[in-house]
Amino acid sequence: MKLIPLMVAIPLGTAFFIPMVSRKNQRVPDLLGNLCTFALFLLSLCLIRFVPQVYFMGGWKPPFGITLVLDGLSSFMLILVNLVTFLITLYSISYMELYTSKLRYYSLLLLMLAGMNGVILTGDIFNLFVFLEIAVISAYALTGFGTEAEELEASFKYLVLGSVSSVFILLGIAFIYSLTGSLNLADISQKLAGGRLFQSPALWFAIILFLYGFGMKSAIMPFHPWLPDAHPSAPAPISAMLSGLLIKAAGVYPLLRIFYNMFGMGNLSQKFIPQILMVLGGISMAGGALLALIQTDIKRMFAYSSISHMGYIFLALSLGTPLGILGALFHIFSHAVSKSLLFLTSGSLEYVLHTRDIRKMGGIEERMPITAFSGNIGFLSLAGIPPLAGFWSKLFIILALVKAGRGGWAIFACGVSVLTLGYYLRMNRYVFFGKIKSAFRRVKEAPGTMLGAMLLLSLVVIFLGSFLIPPIRKVLLSPAVHILYSGQEYVKLVLGG
Amino acid sequence: MEFILCFFLLMVGLYAVVTKRNLVKIIIGLAIMEYAINLFLILIGYRKDGIAPIMTSTMDRIEFLRKAVDPLPQALVVTSIVIGFGILALAVSIAIRIYERFGTFDINEIKKLKG
Repeated sequence: MKLIPLMVAIPLGTAFFIPMVSRKNQRVPDLLGNLCTFALFLLSLCLIRFVPQVYFMGGWKPPFGITLVLDGLSSFMLILVNLVTFLITLYSISYMELYTSKLRYYSLLLLMLAGMNGVILTGDIFNLFVFLEIAVISAYALTGFGTEAEELEASFKYLVLGSVSSVFILLGIAFIYSLTGSLNLADISQKLAGGRLFQSPALWFAIILFLYGFGMKSAIMPFHPWLPDAHPSAPAPISAMLSGLLIKAAGVYPLLRIFYNMFGMGNLSQKFIPQILMVLGGISMAGGALLALIQTDIKRMFAYSSISHMGYIFLALSLGTPLGILGALFHIFSHAVSKSLLFLTSGSLEYVLHTRDIRKMGGIEERMPITAFSGNIGFLSLAGIPPLAGFWSKLFIILALVKAGRGGWAIFACGVSVLTLGYYLRMNRYVFFGKIKSAFRRVKEAPGTMLGAMLLLSLVVIFLGSFLIPPIRKVLLSPAVHILYSGQEYVKLVLGG
Repeated sequence: MEFILCFFLLMVGLYAVVTKRNLVKIIIGLAIMEYAINLFLILIGYRKDGIAPIMTSTMDRIEFLRKAVDPLPQALVVTSIVIGFGILALAVSIAIRIYERFGTFDINEIKKLKG
C-alpha cells in the first residue's frame, strides 16, 4: 500500500471541500482544517517506516511519468512542514477571529500546504515548478489577506518579485530540457553524469537562473527586499508559515535537490558556484542581523532575523561536506520551529495589545507569562543558547566550517551569533521586562488554543536536541544527509526502483 | 534567430517590470515575460516543416519520428499558461484593491512600506 500521494491529495481535496460545506457554520472550517493538518502530521510520521519508496503516477515508469520520491530528505522535510502547520492551524482557531473569512483562509492555507508537500515529494523538475507555483500563489493571496493598504502593497511587491523569479526558474527548466531531453531529476542527473554537457555555456546559464530564482524565493540577501514587507504584513500564523516553512520548502529545499542530486556539487565547483553560495550566505548573515538591530516593529525585526538565518543555511550547504549538510538541515529544522514560535508570540502580543511597536510595550511578562515564556524560549534558541534547538545547529555549522578549513568564516559565524543575541536582548528588554505601561495594566493573556500551540512549539524547541541521540538520528537525520552527500544514490533509488 | 527574438521579448517584459511606474504596466510586463518563456518552450520542440505529433495507423513509424514535433513542451506550455493566468488574475485583483485604497496606480505614491 503506497501512501505517498495522500500527502498531496488530502490537503488539496480538503482545500476545495471546505468552501463547499461551510457556508453557514463558522466552526466547520476550524474543525476540518485542524483535522486535516493533524492527519497529515500523523501520516508524515507513519511514512518514516516506508523510507525509501518511489511512487509512479499512473504507473508510468521514469523518465516518462511523474514520480513521487520518498527518501530520507523528503521524509525529514515532510515531518517538519506538517508538524509546524498543524500547530499553526491550532493557533489560527482563535487568532483568525480578528479577520472575516475563515473558510477562505483555511482553503488558501491548505493549498499552500499541498504545494509545499508536493515540492518536497516530487521527482520531476517541471512538476516541482507547478507545486512551487501553487504554494507561492496562495502565499501572495494570504499576504494581502487583511486587505489594508500596507498589506496589499506588500502582497503586490511579493507577487511581482516572486513571478519574475518563477519565470527565470521556468527558463532554467526549459534550458535543462533542451539540453538533456528529460524532466526527471534522476534521469537528468544520469545524462549529465558524463561531464560532457558541463562544457556547454547554456547549462551554466541554467544553473545561474536556478541560483537566482530559488535565491529570490528563499530571500537571500541581494534578492531579499520583498521579505521584510511581506512577512510582517501577513496575519501572524501566516507570517510563521512563510518565514518558518515557505522560504525553506520553496527556496532552499529545491536548491538542495537540484544542486546536490541533479547537478552534483563536485561538478558545480568547476565554476565557483559553492563559493558564490558561501559569499551570498555571508552577506545575508551579516546584513540581516545588522538591519534587525535597528527595527522597532517586532515582526519586521523577526523578518530580518530570518534573512540572517537563511544566510547560515546557505553557508553550511555550500561546504558540501557531510557535517555541513547535517548543519544546514538541522538549522532548517531548528530555525523553522523557533521562528514560527517567535511569530506566533508576536501574533499573541498584537492580539492583546493591538500594537507591533516594541517601544510602546514594556513589562508584558507580568500580565502574559506564557507568551513571555515562549518568546524567551524562541529567542534564546535562535541566539544559540544551550541546550535549545538553535545551539546545536549553529554548533554543527561552526564545527563544519572549522573542519573544512574555513576558520575565518567560523569566527564570522560566531560574531553574527553575538549580534543575534544583541538584537533579541534589545527586543526582550523593550517588550517583556521593565516597568509595565499603565495602558497595559489590565490586559489578559491570549486565548487558550493560541497558548496551547505556543507551548507545544516551545516543547519542540526545547527537546529538539534529542534528534542527535543515535537511535533517532539514525532514523531522521542520517538518511537525509546520506541522500544528499552521495548524489548517485538518489538516481539508483528512482531509476532502479 | 527565433531564439534571439524570444530573448528580446523576455527583456522587453523585464524592462517594463523594472522601469515602469504604473501598476497596470508592470502587470503587462509580467505577462510579456510569461509569453516569452512559453514561446521559448514551443521553439525547443519545434522542427522545420514538422507535423503534429499524432500518429495514425496509416503512418510509417520511422517517417513519423523524423517529422513530428516534440509534444512534451506543448504540454508544459498548456500548464504554464494556466499558472500564468492564475498569477495575472491575482495581480489584477490586488491592483484593483490597491486603487480602492490609494486612489492611484502610481507606485511612487504607494510607498507606506520601507522595503
